[in-house]
Amino acid sequence: MTHPVTLTINGVAQALELDPHRSLLTVLREDVGLTGTKEGCDDSECGACMVLIDGRPTNSCSYLAVQADGAEVTTVEGLSGAAGPTALQAAFLQHGGVQCGFCTPGMLVSATALLERVPQPAIDEIRIGLSGNLCRCTGYDGIVRAVAQVAAGSQAGGAEDGDGGTAPA
Amino acid sequence: MTATADPTKAADPVATTGSTTGAATAPAVPATAAQPHTYVLAGTVEEALAAMAGGARPVAGGTDLVVGARHGKAPLPASLVGVHQLAELRGVHPLGPPGAGDGLRVGALVTHAELAGHADVLARWTGLADAAAIVGSPATRANGTLGGNVMNASPAMDTGAPLLCHDALAVLHGPRQVRRVPLGELWTAPGRVSAAPDELLVAVEIPEPLHGEGVATGSAYVRLQYRRQMEIAIVGAAAVVSLVSGQVVRARVAITALAPTIHRVPAAEESLVGTDGGAAAIRAAAQLAAEAARPISDVRGSAAYRRAMAAVVARRALVTAITRAGGGGVPVPASDTTFGS
Repeated sequence: MTHPVTLTINGVAQALELDPHRSLLTVLREDVGLTGTKEGCDDSECGACMVLIDGRPTNSCSYLAVQADGAEVTTVEGLSGAAGPTALQAAFLQHGGVQCGFCTPGMLVSATALLERVPQPAIDEIRIGLSGNLCRCTGYDGIVRAVAQVAAGSQAGGAEDGDGGTAPA
Repeated sequence: MTATADPTKAADPVATTGSTTGAATAPAVPATAAQPHTYVLAGTVEEALAAMAGGARPVAGGTDLVVGARHGKAPLPASLVGVHQLAELRGVHPLGPPGAGDGLRVGALVTHAELAGHADVLARWTGLADAAAIVGSPATRANGTLGGNVMNASPAMDTGAPLLCHDALAVLHGPRQVRRVPLGELWTAPGRVSAAPDELLVAVEIPEPLHGEGVATGSAYVRLQYRRQMEIAIVGAAAVVSLVSGQVVRARVAITALAPTIHRVPAAEESLVGTDGGAAAIRAAAQLAAEAARPISDVRGSAAYRRAMAAVVARRALVTAITRAGGGGVPVPASDTTFGS
């Protein structure tokens, strides 16, 4: 039996008829066509499926899509605007925070949620903020430095740490 | 209660992150193709209760219910009622008149993130903040609710031991009555509660810690953890200790992931009362807490290791609670800040 819902995803409302058991992740990928959100473990361990629901970081693999009815869902596609990559996305590129890229959407979403809550996190707060996201390539260092750079930028009004510390390609 | 022979059934503390506010005693209804999946969104407690009377299981944050279904622990119930928008289940409110210091009513939908950041909880129920701050990941804490955590009844849940030590009551709303159940009577076995399937947990009431002229109370929760986040307690302990003029007048000690349910250890509590709460008294009480343990061996640790670590973790919880009672600041979460002590 399907259930009617209206999901507002990246500001766009969509009416859908959904099986109540379906996860928000599968609906985003298969019904809405937004494939930036990834399925990693499908078990709330890896964070590849991270989205924001009314600003809360949420593992979409383990969130029932029907429960997002009426809420504001933000996926990685909704982070950047027409102006191109956000400062956070640019910093990920600069610091080699991306290698295979599979964890990147979830990392960006978790980092966005963290910076929204704590605009200038300490390094340890960044590590805690990203603790629900696994990366198997970068060793996390470039990712943490990218977030730290954006945090520093929000304080100083400009980027620091220009060496980039780019990870091997 | 004794530990059963099958370690996977005895106290497997697999899922600790809260989300559903329903009765864990509800019989699992297999979600077969023959059974249509239904969902209703409850707008009032009465609507939720009506759905539950018809067999629906409540879901809030989904961090236990949905993940548990994937693990094959129990299939997702065919009939679900969303309780996540019930305004009556939200918020942390004073139990008495504002400012009177009569305790807290924590709505079942209050998330771990809300608890860990709440000024009153941090100041007066610090052990509960210690626990809420380390549940799962930021996403778990943003979505997982205290109500779900309590009703999931995991023997490894982090908030359980501090709630027990603070004499918390589960407020269960049934079709005919509202009743208050001490958490020690709510948890009956791993994943089992004494609530009826048609009762909804609406709040947890936590009395004010002992206070008054010359009384100083401190609390703490400490767990043994292999990592600081995305972790489930290997062993945990909570303590609430009140002192008057340097003498312990009241103590509460509870142990986590050391028995089929989280429980208090009266012998450890009694041994502390009348002492100076110093190193020797703490060591003796921690030893009694460890002796009350009936741990299992599982993927996170052997029974022998858990037993050995129980005294260490109980000691850290007691030291932290007594330090806090004395006005010494021990940052939240204590599991991180007391590591290695």
